[in-house]
Amino acid sequence: MQFGIFTVGDVTPDPTTGTTPSEHERIKAMVTIALKAEEVGLDVFATGEHHNPPFVPSSPTTLLGWIAARTERLILSTSTTLITTNDPVKIAEDFAMLQHLAEGRVDVMMGRGNTGPVYPWFGQDIRQGIPLAIENYALLHKLWREDVVDWEGKFRTPLQGFTSTPRPLDGVPPFVWHGSIRSPEIAEQAAYYGDGFFANNIFWPKEHFQRLISLYRERYAHYGHGTAEQAIVGLGGQVFMRKNSQDAVREFRPYFDNAPVYGHGPSLEEFTAQTPLTVGSPQEVIEKTLAFRDSFGDYQRQLFLMDHAGLPLKTVLEQLDLLGEEVVPVLRKEFATNRPAEVPDGPTHAARVAAAGAPAA
Amino acid sequence: MTTYRLAVVTAGLSKPSATRLLADRLTEATRRHLGDAGAAVDVSVVELRELATDIAGNMVTGFPGPALREAIATVTGADGVIAVTPVFSASYSGLFKSFFDVIEPDALTGVPVLLGATGGTARHSLALEHAMRPLFVHLRATVVPTAVFAAAEDWGGNGDPLTDTLPTRVDRAGRELAALLRLAAPGPGEDGGATGETVVPFAQQLAALRPH
Repeated sequence: MQFGIFTVGDVTPDPTTGTTPSEHERIKAMVTIALKAEEVGLDVFATGEHHNPPFVPSSPTTLLGWIAARTERLILSTSTTLITTNDPVKIAEDFAMLQHLAEGRVDVMMGRGNTGPVYPWFGQDIRQGIPLAIENYALLHKLWREDVVDWEGKFRTPLQGFTSTPRPLDGVPPFVWHGSIRSPEIAEQAAYYGDGFFANNIFWPKEHFQRLISLYRERYAHYGHGTAEQAIVGLGGQVFMRKNSQDAVREFRPYFDNAPVYGHGPSLEEFTAQTPLTVGSPQEVIEKTLAFRDSFGDYQRQLFLMDHAGLPLKTVLEQLDLLGEEVVPVLRKEFATNRPAEVPDGPTHAARVAAAGAPAA
Repeated sequence: MTTYRLAVVTAGLSKPSATRLLADRLTEATRRHLGDAGAAVDVSVVELRELATDIAGNMVTGFPGPALREAIATVTGADGVIAVTPVFSASYSGLFKSFFDVIEPDALTGVPVLLGATGGTARHSLALEHAMRPLFVHLRATVVPTAVFAAAEDWGGNGDPLTDTLPTRVDRAGRELAALLRLAAPGPGEDGGATGETVVPFAQQLAALRPH
């Protein structure tokens, strides 16, 4: 089981001080947070991709390449990479290059994006969101597995005799997750390829994601990749902790009340009752996260959102200390208990190379 | 005996409200006409006032809280709907519209819907035709031909001798809704439609993209 953090990369004023970081400060804070994730023993750092203010991460492989050079163990990932509006050829090239530089510590999560104007800005039509995700990924999948590609589709200029370079490290492409919050088509896509399915469950009640994840598990088995229990599932989480639960609630409330995604809506108490958000002691975070297994089955990757809504860097780093020291070690132990032997671990390059029977680099 | 599920959505703000009163009249007329035909109704009333903050919360978060989720299931699982709003600023109230905005756009397709509205004077009555009816046509509901407007003056006196009285209009609307309900067999209700996701097999999704 892998634990990590995922960031949206928003530049949001701190509602308690009115201070807004510059883009430069936010970018530097993101890399500090990533390095801290490795330092406190987390496994994964994932960044979002956005092409509009107030978000800074438009160029994920540049950011992840910098982090790769300064870390040893951390898996670098995305949350998500826009499979609809990026050229799949460029995704194949960028992430293969990153995979080499990071010695294989790379995977990628495909998503369609939820900002309408990004489609026309990149020459696409949002009404074709699902077909774009399906066709572009089919091409990306081929580019990473076939040395010379002839290809023709609906959305991109055809390819004749094209070779995407560099070839994937050890001949094993980066592991792919497909992220979706509401589309059964994407769960079906992930199942068809035997890829991972990441349900970013942090803003909605669990019943909705139980349906999507069971569909993915059923279809994963249907396509012969293993049993439903062996499908590769990732989940989101969102926490704010202090030793004393009341201190956490008091400190986080202004950030919650003004958060860009859900602020000015339900109360903190209602939202924590209805979604995975946990504001309280490390023990409360442990209990709520462990309950995910009851709802969704044994799973492979847990990512927490820790650095949004204008929280200052210092606070985020304190949160990561608590996560790494007090929460994740307990979660590792508890999730390992009674985990069936046939349920796979979180995907790594080394394990995938071994499974492919190829010699490791 | 056949029993139809009828969801009654009322957006009145005061308690008691003329809007709820009209909704109850329409419900009784429908029940009476179904009863004459040997059928029964199972009525669930959704008072939007009680869901006002939940509806605003859904707008902001994208998901309904538990009480609103139940109300939505009641309405989308019903065989027929009676929807009544006060007229505010020449149209349905914002609360009324917001409720139908947070329901999935295809959830009322083909469902018989009887419309009602209330207002101070009969000068607002066309709000039913220029605002309410287009909304439900957009939702692809089967809208009952007679929509009933109740002005303050309709609740007393003999009215205008050249116009049907409120009880006459309510009765006609109820008869029309009952007739539309009887055209369709009762559906499975809120537990039937939403079990699990449906999926188009991936090979079919891929094939649809092959260049011709």
